[in-house]
Amino acid sequence: MGTGYSSDRKISGSLAGGIGSRAIAMVLAAGFLSVQAAMATDLPEGDASRGEKLFSACAGCHQVGEGAQNKVGPHLDGLIGRTAGSVAGFKYSSAMRAAGEAGMTWTAANIAEYLEKPREFIPGNRMSYRGMPRAKDRADLVSWLKQISQETPGQAGATAEVVAAPGFADVVMQIEGDPEYGEYLAGECVTCHQASGHADGIPSIVGLPKKYFLTALFEYKNNVRTNEVMKLRVQNLTNEELAALAAYFENLEPQ
Amino acid sequence: MTKLTRRQFGLLTGASAAALGFPALLRAQTKPRVVIVGGGAGGATAARYLAKDGKGEIDVTLIDDSDKFTTCFFSNLYLGGYRDFDSITHGYDRLQSDYGVTKLTGMAVSVDRAAKTVEMADGTSVAYDRLILSPGIDLIWDSVPGYSKEAAEIAPHAWQAGPQTQLLKDKLDAITSGQQVVMVAPPNPYRCPPGPYERVSMMAHLFKSKGVDAKIIVLDPKEKFSKQGLFMAGWEKYYPGMVEWIGPDVHGGIKGVDVNAGTVETDLDTFNGDLLNIIPAQKAGEIASAAGLTDDSGFCPIVAESMRSTIDENIFVIGDASIAGAMPKSGFSANSQAKVAVMNIRGDLTGSKVFPAKYSNTCWSLIETDDGVKVGAQYAPQDGKIASTSSFISENGESEAVRKATYEESLGWYKGITTDMFG
Repeated sequence: MGTGYSSDRKISGSLAGGIGSRAIAMVLAAGFLSVQAAMATDLPEGDASRGEKLFSACAGCHQVGEGAQNKVGPHLDGLIGRTAGSVAGFKYSSAMRAAGEAGMTWTAANIAEYLEKPREFIPGNRMSYRGMPRAKDRADLVSWLKQISQETPGQAGATAEVVAAPGFADVVMQIEGDPEYGEYLAGECVTCHQASGHADGIPSIVGLPKKYFLTALFEYKNNVRTNEVMKLRVQNLTNEELAALAAYFENLEPQ
Repeated sequence: MTKLTRRQFGLLTGASAAALGFPALLRAQTKPRVVIVGGGAGGATAARYLAKDGKGEIDVTLIDDSDKFTTCFFSNLYLGGYRDFDSITHGYDRLQSDYGVTKLTGMAVSVDRAAKTVEMADGTSVAYDRLILSPGIDLIWDSVPGYSKEAAEIAPHAWQAGPQTQLLKDKLDAITSGQQVVMVAPPNPYRCPPGPYERVSMMAHLFKSKGVDAKIIVLDPKEKFSKQGLFMAGWEKYYPGMVEWIGPDVHGGIKGVDVNAGTVETDLDTFNGDLLNIIPAQKAGEIASAAGLTDDSGFCPIVAESMRSTIDENIFVIGDASIAGAMPKSGFSANSQAKVAVMNIRGDLTGSKVFPAKYSNTCWSLIETDDGVKVGAQYAPQDGKIASTSSFISENGESEAVRKATYEESLGWYKGITTDMFG
């Protein structure tokens, strides 16, 4: 089943040159955000080809490379040097938006730091990833992200357009979902997937583009994605119910 | 007063209630009033959804005798040392400040169904148009002869989370090598089917992690139990020789307990425990029978499509107190049932759309660090009962990565459901 969302997107190119890095320490206290920039030692140059393999842990949610789109997470094109929380069309947490508004820009160093413990680096952000404990892994991954980010820098700020999905999603896309019905049905989802958009071990589904949402559910239904809880929840849903849920979650704003 | 159908009621509240000779309550009160008794997984969820989805059109009062709620789910992880007590204890502040729920702290003791009021222990009463009872369970103390509320201070049940859970934790922490814990497991139906066996796992984990060479004996009145194959394989793998489960075909029947002597007597033998954890048989929370809403089983029959009591159409019973067909008594089930009840109540009172009922449940259990298992099902009304439409269970032989992911998923669920309950 071709889905248009496979994680093994073809990416090619040469290693990019070194990019100056800054460490940004985030201090969040009582809703007040302050950003401190300081010079830090440059991140050791990692093994980009190993980093590309490590990216498979990210690819379930993030696309990168030419034509990358927002999925569960924002696309990563032009990541280095991009303002935090700035990709158009992606529904960020208020925490990530606040970081960007406070002037935070992604660098190789702060991405590596973020990836160690994402929930501690920016508390309240929506990324459902517990962290990459090994410094070498982070250096390798960031090295590859630097490379790919320079190759496809042009997307930042562009409105993401949804990739064409297969027949099933197209069929359901034609159905106008009833958001009121979706809200009721969503009661079943938000017991685990928080309606606020926060993720604490279970991915956020708030604000997901309709087509991506439907494709993901289709993949659970067909064992492309393997989670028994999701499969169970999805297998009895009619097309009208799927459309209603997609309509509801697409318009839900993260907090 | 003439009995109204739901449709008529909706019409009347829309018209002038006073002119139609409604009781004083409705004349004074333009908004329909929903009262919820019990602030756990069912009641807190119902309060939040009524307030949220009612969009200010419904007056919501939540009655619970405590200003905090400790979840039974994840209380075993507290016993095992994975969580602290504060992390499983939640307040009602956001339900009040963010959703406008009125929280009444006091003990609701009975229901005057004719007057449509909840009677409080302090003699006051609270009027309702619709009532949700979510009182959870009460224990049938004498189902284990010799056990009582007083005896529970020596041999805790810890099946209603709170001080009992802390008491059991203190006693478990005091166990030393060479000592023995005896658990008496409950007969069906009871709250949280995998709960006793997850608890056994967490007790064993606690002892093992501290290097305490202690033994756990489980005396079970049931011939089989939830996730039995998964738990038994886990005990064999992680805690060899520590856990002994004894079913009725071996012990022949549990005759009684002497908490002072630390003994449990069965047909087979008398078992000695340095710590006894007695989990007796269960029934719907006391107020359900006081209100005359229970049947011979001690639980409350409900209409499968709505969670409405089959005995009183103005009352909905959700969670452990209800007879919910194939659904287990769990926090997840109560949360799911609350949403169906709320939708039907909104339909009754404000005329909002009522969709077909759907129910779901998943129960995660932790066997040892990063080794989680789960069982789940979907449910729908069928032939007057809530029936399972599809289900799954974790399998023996799953990879470590799958088990770890299952545990991590349970952490996400805990955060999700407690947010769904308390805001």
